[in-house]
This record gives sequence, structure tokens and C-alpha cells, in this order.
Amino acid sequence: MNVVTPFEGIGASLRRKEDFRFLMGRGQYVDDINRPGQTHAVMLRSPHAHATIDRIDTVAAKAMPGVKAIFVGEDMAAEQIGGIPCGWQIHNKDGSPMAEPMHPALALGKVRHVGDPVAVVIAETKSQARDAAEAIVVDYTPLPAVSGTEAALQPGAPQVHDGAPGNLCYDWHIGDKAAQEAAFARAARVVKFETTNNRLVPNAMEPRAAIGDFDSFSGDYTLYTTSQNPHVIRLLMGAFVLHIPESKLRVVAPDVGGGFGSKIYHYAEEAIVTWAAGKVKRPIKWTCERSESFMSDAHGRDHVSTAELALDAEGKILGLKVHTLANMGAYLSTFAPCVPTYLYATLLSGVYATPVIYAEVKAVFTNTVPVDAYRGAGRPEATYLLERLMDVAAAEAGLDKVDFRRRNFILPDQFPYQTPVALQYDSGDYHSTLEACLETAGWAGFEARRAESKTRGRLRGIGISTYVEACGIAPSAVVGSLGARAGLYEVGTIRVHPTGSVTVLTGAHSHGQGHETTFAQLIADKLGVPTANVDIVHGDTAKVPFGMGTYGSRSLAVGGSAMDKAMDKIIAKGKRIAAHLMEASVEDVEFERGTFRVAGTDKTKTLTDISLAAYVPHNYPIDEIEPGLEETAFYDPKNFTYPGGCHICEVEIDPETGRTEVLNFTAVDDVGRVINPMIVEGQVQGGVAQGIGQALLEAAIYDASGQLVSGSFMDYTMPRAGDLPDVGVATHVTLCTHNPLGVKGCGEVGAIGSPPAVMNAVVDALRDYGVRHVEMPATPQKIWGIVNAHRLAAE
Amino acid sequence: MPQVTLTVNGTKHTVEVEARTLLVETLREQLRLTGTHVGCDTSQCGACVVHMGGDSVKSCTILSVQCDGSEITTIEGLAAADGTLHPMQEAFREYHALQCGFCTPGMVMSAIDLVNKHPDGMSEKEIREGLEGNLCRCTGYHNIVKAIAAAQDVMHGRVPELVRAAAE
Repeated sequence: MNVVTPFEGIGASLRRKEDFRFLMGRGQYVDDINRPGQTHAVMLRSPHAHATIDRIDTVAAKAMPGVKAIFVGEDMAAEQIGGIPCGWQIHNKDGSPMAEPMHPALALGKVRHVGDPVAVVIAETKSQARDAAEAIVVDYTPLPAVSGTEAALQPGAPQVHDGAPGNLCYDWHIGDKAAQEAAFARAARVVKFETTNNRLVPNAMEPRAAIGDFDSFSGDYTLYTTSQNPHVIRLLMGAFVLHIPESKLRVVAPDVGGGFGSKIYHYAEEAIVTWAAGKVKRPIKWTCERSESFMSDAHGRDHVSTAELALDAEGKILGLKVHTLANMGAYLSTFAPCVPTYLYATLLSGVYATPVIYAEVKAVFTNTVPVDAYRGAGRPEATYLLERLMDVAAAEAGLDKVDFRRRNFILPDQFPYQTPVALQYDSGDYHSTLEACLETAGWAGFEARRAESKTRGRLRGIGISTYVEACGIAPSAVVGSLGARAGLYEVGTIRVHPTGSVTVLTGAHSHGQGHETTFAQLIADKLGVPTANVDIVHGDTAKVPFGMGTYGSRSLAVGGSAMDKAMDKIIAKGKRIAAHLMEASVEDVEFERGTFRVAGTDKTKTLTDISLAAYVPHNYPIDEIEPGLEETAFYDPKNFTYPGGCHICEVEIDPETGRTEVLNFTAVDDVGRVINPMIVEGQVQGGVAQGIGQALLEAAIYDASGQLVSGSFMDYTMPRAGDLPDVGVATHVTLCTHNPLGVKGCGEVGAIGSPPAVMNAVVDALRDYGVRHVEMPATPQKIWGIVNAHRLAAE
Repeated sequence: MPQVTLTVNGTKHTVEVEARTLLVETLREQLRLTGTHVGCDTSQCGACVVHMGGDSVKSCTILSVQCDGSEITTIEGLAAADGTLHPMQEAFREYHALQCGFCTPGMVMSAIDLVNKHPDGMSEKEIREGLEGNLCRCTGYHNIVKAIAAAQDVMHGRVPELVRAAAE
């Protein structure tokens, strides 16, 4: 019986359906899968940042116990295997396309970053494969390397690719330069600010893994992979790399242990194990070790920027000028080129009514791991730049930093609001999120707390960030015109079974977001089917018609909207069947939460009555309506969604050690309609933790020779429980105006809004020292250095 | 190859291992108990934590030959035969202390040992310090701390059943 009690629909903090298997050790992550006859692969990777490969001697290695095969780049090239493709093409200022060098799955003649795969060893056991990899002899001639973002453009810098002179990938711009210059000419004050957005390693807790499987009888390939978007992997790998038609290639992304962007991309190892499985005629499993992840998973951020803000005499923003260098790494990862352009520069208006903006972005190649989207992708970089700049400008103009923000906010009656950098915000209420956050964080009482800290010899600071971001990337036609090589819709199928239970097939992919619960709540809310009777199927190209996957907080805004559209089709068909069964006109049939009713009467049919009639069509208008009750919808969004809000952070610095402790963190976010408040809070808390990590702890550091210095959990500071505070989360809802659910997205707001709030607090804590800016991460060593330099100067 | 005998979740197993085989490899690859995960190679992340003789150990940092004759409990061995969750598992679910689930088995096993070793209870700050050996990238730890704080009261018999989370 389909009765929803207690309420499980939109707004309920339903405990998650997926938790039981994870809590009992019954999750099925890629490395948990074992195929009959499975072999194991180990990648031999370059120890050099830049070198020619003069010779690879695999003779001794091939003779070692258990070794089935060893392949190098030439073996793949001999079969016309394609390079790893890039999914987004940016055009230069002059209209020419970006430099897009070939990215071979296994290096061909040259290695371009530490970790570049050179050979794959396939053996009966992983230990045997590892032993044999150690026995391969590679003669390298090391070449000068370049790792720094600014260094890449210096005259005489080592060249990463012959086809990218000066290491320039593209030189792009957006906005009106002449208008910007005119605005600056009449400014009362121009505030200039330079900063680096630190390079990060996403570090999902599950290392990447892939199993290639080949059925020699049918000719079918299957790839099990740690992916956020299996259909996109099938498209990219099948069409561009291995030349396998979609009908012969199945990609399965089962339970995936976190992604944060790093599992969006098509990686070389996926193509290598799939291709090699066809060669050795055995399944091949490859599982990344953590140190290997550090040098092969796409990194995030890595911008060097200069921003200038023009103000009038009253502290109103007249214009913004930004120049940014973005590090692409050694090769272009799947979405890398769009991150510092259409996901970054388009967000530079922030929550402010900035009349003119001009931004230039140069992307550069370096001898480092490719850089691509990491939680927030471009939007954290824009928000950090803008929100630090707002604090610096307020200080220089002698304005209160909160009042300065208020004065420049886009007002509620200005929506829809067209920014000068392409985006049109549909809705928002920045004053309300600001005021609620100030109240909750106790902003007014801060100075008393600061004084109390001072009595204990501690430096207390408070920081604020008011932000907007763009989620649910779309519409397809727009992103296509901007260089995307794929559509960005989503697909949902609703299958109502004969006795009324429901299977949902979605192209979105859950790797921690709780889709099995949230999506089931959508079905419960609209169709009245209890969540226990709703199963969500995702992550398998053989089951789900199509999909674009999960990233950019798009699952609910785009994937949920596709489900909603499919449910509308179910209801429309159901009404026709119900009209027949109740001998009424279809126009008179109403539907609400599982019940069809003839308007104004007590004649009703349940959804189960209808589904049973649809599959057992004895009394059924068979000439007019097909049997069955299953509908598929493709939903292409009309616009991005624009979550926003306010984050406030309070820190205390111990000047003796330089350690910054986050005392309080308060987030008030507008993520649109909230389906499951418990899950939304968890998403925000997790995002904030990554933002605090970026601000205080994390940095991927390359030395000048291109060696990754912070290449393990011993060296790269991941946030631990003791590093983080409780994170208070509240929401203030304005509805998205252009999708049927009114939802905006909550996956990235935490990581976008928080870094500037933390850093504004750190700088505020050091205000007596005359500190204008501190670069991320604000490590104890860095802060201690600032404090000590001040003390020495004072002596 | 050396032979070791382990009692895992109450069942005795005798397996042949290489001298270099890690306990986690024996559990995952030989006994097919894949609930115990490997998240790093430097003994930092704690995804592999199991109980050996009642104490938490990182199974990636102990050789199988060192475990001969020992009693091992993994995440698969926590719930009752009828599926009733251990109070720590129940608390993790109630307080939304997991997202992707990958760190969860190690986190739960560490948390249980932490609670057992602190019969007088822990403050939230002590819980945070006690989780020093376990990394989670999804939750920000906020809800993990709340879950452990709630579970310890049940495990120490201070409350008859788990206090529900505030969120409705």
C-alpha cells in the first residue's frame, strides 16, 4: 500500500537509505569488485618532471613470475589509439583556438610531469606487477622543467609542448575594456590587490580505480571506474580514444568514495586497462595508491591574480579589472580550460552591482599534474579574489567592511540581474542572508570577545564573506557556443511497476551526496510513493539511458528537474487511464500525491490502480494509449542557478606558535528549495571544511625542478577533526525561478564562501600589526613569521 | 609460504600469505571482506582500522604473519546477526555522520575503541583529538563528533537508547 507516513517528501530530514550498506561494510566500490580471471595492473610512472624517453627495456620484467604483458606508449600508438581528449575549447582574444597538445595515455617519447605514466605491467597479482614494474629499465634524459604559474610565461622558460609557444594555452578575455578604463578614469580611488590561489589536491578518500573487462565472444568491453559521470567517460573514451561504439562499451561507476571534481575527468588509466583487457583477454584491475593519486589525480585552483577596484567618493563600486594566470599543468584535463574562464571570470561581479568589469585570463602549461575543477571550480577563486579585495578596499577607503558590502549589494528588486560578465542572476536576497549571519555569529559583540582574547595573549579576528555562485551548468546551446564539446542536460526515467513501486533511472551520480534518499523524496512528494518503494539506479550505462553526471552542484537542479518532468509525463498518462477507468473526461481528473480524483466527486483511483491497469490492460483504451507506465525526460536547463549567502568566521591566533584556531564558523546560505535539510547541512559543513583546509592548511607544492614536495598524507596537510570547529548552518530560501523544483544546489557553497571568510578573519586578527594581506594557506610557520617580524621591527 | 590462522568476526580461517602480505590484503583479497578500505599508503587515513584482540589497529600497517592466532573484528562483524546495528553504527546513521561511506568503516571501528577506552566519557574536544588517526573528506567531522558523543552514552549505559538528532 502506497501511503506516505510519516511525511517523507520535500523538506523532511529523512535518514539516508544508502547508509545501511556503507555502515555494514557492504558498499561496492570499484576495488571491492573482482572479476573472474582478473589480473592486476601497475603503472610505471615518470620520476622526472620533464625528460625524453630514450629507451624502455622490458625484457627482464616480462620474464618475471606472473607477468602477462607490459605495454608502452608505442604499443598504443601502433593501434591508432587516440589521445586523452579535452572537453572544452577556449578561443583566444583574436578568435583563434587555444593550444591543445596531444595527451597520449602512455607517454610517447617524452614525459611532462612527475607521475606521467610510461608503461603498464599486467600480472596475476598486484605484488607481481609491482615487482616487474621495478625491473623495467627506462633511460631518460632529463630536461629543464617549469612548475610555477608565473615562471611558465617568463622568456626562456622551458617549453612543455612544441605546439604551445611560450607555454601559452590561451589568452582570453571577457567584458568591456574601454568602459572599464573610462570608469577607472573617473574613480575617486582605485584599490589594487594581488594574490595567489593555492594549488590543492582534491584527495577523495577512495583512491581512483579501474577494471577493464573484455568479452571475446560478444566483443563487448566493460569498464568499472571511480567516476562521477560514467556516460561521459563512455562518450570520451569510446569515441575519441579507443574507437569503440557505445553499444559495445559499458561503463559502470558503482559506489564511489568521494569525488569533489577529481573523478569527473577521463583519465589515461581508464583507457589503458580497457584497451589492455582486449589484448590480454583477461579482466584487469588497477587501483591507485595514495602517493600515486597525488601525482596523477587532477589538482585544483592554482591562480595568480591582480585585481583593481574603482570606487567613487561614496564607496560605490564603479568598475573592476582583473588579470589572472591559471596553471593547466602538463596536459589539458577534461574541463580544465573552462574553469578559469566561464566558471571564474563570469562570477567576478559577485553579489555587487558592479557596472563594468574587464577580465583577462592567460592559461599556461607547466611540468605539473593537470589542473581541473575541484569543489567549486573557478567560483572559489573568483569569490576569494573579490571578497579579500572588498576587505582591502574597505580598509583603504576607511569604510566599515559590512556597510561597504551592503552599499554595493544587488538589491532584491533588481532580479533578474544582468552582470557585465555574461551571467544573469535569477533570484537572491543578499541582505537577508547577511543580516541573519551577522545575528547568528554575534558580529556586534565581537570587540568584547577580542578584548577578552587579548587578556590571554591571543589575537582574535572576525571575517565575513558574502557570495554568489553559479550551479547546474547550462543551457546546452549556450555552453556549446562558449566551447563545451558536450550538452549539459540531464536524463531521468521513472518506471512505475505494475504494483506501484518505482524505479528511477538517473544520469546523475552519487558519490556521497545521498541521491538515493533525496531523489526518492522527490518521488514521494509528487507521486505519493513511500521512499521505501522507490529505488534509484545510477552509475551504469547499461541501465540508465544517458546522462551527464554529477558536478557543479547540478544533480538536483538539472537531474531532479528531469525526474520532475518525467513524473509530469507519468501523471499525464495516468490521468488518461484514470479517466477511462472512472468514465470521466480527462480534463476533469486531478492528481495529488498518489490519488487520481474526478474533480468535485469522491471517485478516486490510486496510482497503483492505474499502474496495474497499465500493465494488465484488460479494461483499457488500448487503441488510444499504449500499455505500461514508464516515462523518460531530458531536461535542458534555461540558465545556471545562483546559490549565495554569507559566511562568518571567527579565529584566534596564538602569537607564540602562529597557530590559527577557528573558533566559530557560521554559514547562512540560499540554496533554493531544500529537499532534505539534514543532507544540505552536511554538504555545507563538508564544503566549509575543505574551504578552511584551503585557507589554513593545504597546498600542493612543487619545487623549481618540478618535484611534488607535498606528495603524501605525511606532507600534505589534510584537515583533521581537531583542526576544525563545529560549523553552524542555516538557510534562507529564495526559489530558483527557472527550474520546476525551485532548487539551486548546495554541494559547493561551503567551499566557495568560506576561504575568504577565514582569511579575512586571519587578517583582522593581525590588524594591530598593520598586515594588509596573508596568502593561503595561513600556516603556523607563516603567521609566526609575520608576528615575529613585527616584534623585531618594534624592538 | 607462511600459514596464518585468524579468527575473523568469530570465524576461524587458515590462509597462506607472503611474508610481505598486509592484514588488510588478507582481509580484502583472501577473505573477501571488502568493508575494510585502503585510503593511503602512509598509515595516515585510518580507512583500514579493524580491531585486533579488542584494540583498534591500522590493518595496512601490520603484516598478516604478525596476526597469527589473533581475534580480528571488522566492520562486517559489528551488527547483530538479525541486522541490528551496533550503537555506533546507529548513531552514524542518525546523525548523518557519513556521506560517501569510504572512511566510515575505519571511522566507526576507531570510534568504538575510543569510546571503550574512555569509560568516563569524552567531551567533543576530546573526541576530535581522539580521531587524529582518521581522515574524512566529506563531512567536515561535525556530524561524526556528534554521533560519537551520542553513541558513547548508549555504550556506557547512561541512556537506554540513542538520543535522536535535532534535525527532524
